[in-house]
Amino acid sequence: MKDEKKYLFDNPKNVKRLLHILYVCCALLVVLDFVIHRHTMHDLEKLWAFYPLYGFISCVVLVIVATWMRTFLMRSEDYYYNPTETDINNDSLNNNALNKEGEHHVDD
Amino acid sequence: MWMIELPPFIPFFLGALILLFTRGMLRSAIMIAIPIVSAIHLSMIPEGIHLQFTFLDYQLAPYRVDKLSIMFGYVFHIAALIGIIYSLHLRDTMQQVSAMLYAGSALGAVFAGDLLTLFIFWELLAFTSVFLIWARRTQRSYDAGMRYLIIQVLSGVILLVGTLFYAYENKTLAFDYIGLDSVAGWLILIAFGIKCAFPIAHNWLTDTYPEATVTGTVFLSAFTTKVAVYALARAYPGAEILIYIGAAMTCFPIFFAVIENDLRRVLAYSLINQVGFMVVGIGIGTALAINGAVSHAFNDVIFKGLLFMSMGAVLHMTGRINGSDLGGLYKTMPKTTILCIVGAASISAFPLFSGFVSKSMVMSAAIEEGFDWIWLMLLFASAGVFHHAGIKIPYFAFFAHDSGIRANDPPNNMLLAMAIAAALCIAIGIYPQALYSLLPYDTGYNPYDATHVLAQTQLLCFSALAFVWLNLKGLYPPELRSTNLDLDWIYRRAIPNALQQMFSAIWQADRALWDSLKLRLNIYLSYFSGKNNRLSILLSRNYPSGSMAMWVAVVLATYLFLSFIE
Repeated sequence: MKDEKKYLFDNPKNVKRLLHILYVCCALLVVLDFVIHRHTMHDLEKLWAFYPLYGFISCVVLVIVATWMRTFLMRSEDYYYNPTETDINNDSLNNNALNKEGEHHVDD
Repeated sequence: MWMIELPPFIPFFLGALILLFTRGMLRSAIMIAIPIVSAIHLSMIPEGIHLQFTFLDYQLAPYRVDKLSIMFGYVFHIAALIGIIYSLHLRDTMQQVSAMLYAGSALGAVFAGDLLTLFIFWELLAFTSVFLIWARRTQRSYDAGMRYLIIQVLSGVILLVGTLFYAYENKTLAFDYIGLDSVAGWLILIAFGIKCAFPIAHNWLTDTYPEATVTGTVFLSAFTTKVAVYALARAYPGAEILIYIGAAMTCFPIFFAVIENDLRRVLAYSLINQVGFMVVGIGIGTALAINGAVSHAFNDVIFKGLLFMSMGAVLHMTGRINGSDLGGLYKTMPKTTILCIVGAASISAFPLFSGFVSKSMVMSAAIEEGFDWIWLMLLFASAGVFHHAGIKIPYFAFFAHDSGIRANDPPNNMLLAMAIAAALCIAIGIYPQALYSLLPYDTGYNPYDATHVLAQTQLLCFSALAFVWLNLKGLYPPELRSTNLDLDWIYRRAIPNALQQMFSAIWQADRALWDSLKLRLNIYLSYFSGKNNRLSILLSRNYPSGSMAMWVAVVLATYLFLSFIE
């Protein structure tokens, strides 16, 4: 590994550069809002920086809600074939009727 | 004209037959030739009904060409060609034959002019495509294929029942506008809805597409849902309920896509999201909206195919597809990375890429018709799709942390297929008029006005900014090896568990019943034997029945003896 070729993003400077390009683009786009005369079809569109704000906020909300969903939706990788102890406990928290192992007996 | 007006499914079905008897280069050549020849043939066919016959008093029209069906006809030929080139390296007759039959069935379904023909191809779609899932030859894919088949066949059966109702009410089987004012209309809508992955009925898609083979998923993503979109566009344009269903479809899958680890499953969720835009367009039902829905279906086949191909290439070369295992692949798979980014830009609807010129039509139609909330939902979904498909897919596969995997770019045929798809994405994005000229209506729509371009670019750039900000803050959910529960949990876990509980309860009750019965029987038996004991003291208590027989013989013998004496 030590002799390996250096790739584009192995250099943190390049990552920085890319991010700076993005920041500049975003700033430019907001400025363009004032320059370009837009013919709007909806009242909301007339708000200052509506699209940038909507895009930013909705993505943040999306990620936060999705992360919260993990707390009750996430199970182990092999859940359907080989559930672990935690999976079973999680399931019985959600639904007490399920997964009480050993209650049914093999008919003798 | 020198040629016969053959329905396009026939060359594909014949091709599948020929594949069985050919090998090697010849087989590859035939596979590539079929969609090309068939597409050229299709382009020469004028509009109208080209095949018609009577069956049990009903007019059947298995080959009808009009503006709507030919659009899907073309894109299915493109998808078939791209998929075939992508899978040229395969040496698997089962997959190649079933892919051919599957593409043929999809073409048969979009050119079906009556409901009975539609039903036949509807079921064929299910039966031919399931082999693309089973071809992975693992227990998981076998189970997933079974679930897929059950749901798809169920959709077909509902379609058949709806068709029977429809034929009874209307005395015709013609497949045109159906509407929602009869039971038949609702049944057929449910059948289409299952194949279209409406919410609640969507899990067959996210469950099975990631379990199919590398090349199989590319075919799967192109046909089944788009046939359903076509059927909805023909039978239910302007049905308002579709607007709300479609808006739900655009929004809920993106939450699952953000936390999903299997990158092909992320794409499956985003497929539902894209189909949602089409369904909204059909629901709005104006000329602009229908155009938007149809052209978005056209573009989606290509860019979603491209994304599935690039993730397929990753799976093919590394053997892994989970975001948690991948990363840093841009170093050794630069071509795949660039092609994947083109697909990602198209699905995110960046200006100059194909998604932009079609999705914006649906959005404009929503706002024109005054569906404000729907428009906001679509806007949210547009930002979200960029987030999970546009950034997450390329980022976690090719960049992010270095996984140490040094896989090469895939075989040339795979790269060629991806390059064709990428070229189409860019070409349609730059020159949308070519696509617009094929559309069912002429609306004179121009996607490239300053307002649209600026708004979309702002939305996307700030979504990207949100991604960067969340990542720097450490708020972005890391890729974890996990299964996320979705509604398939109900039929994969809850119902089997409930049944298990029910049967164990039944068995317990059954056993208790038998035990008590046996106990009763024992009590009665001992009661009777006790009674008998008290009655028969001399002969029966301690003597076996043999002694009784002996004594009878003795008595009879004595009797005989006495009779001789006299």
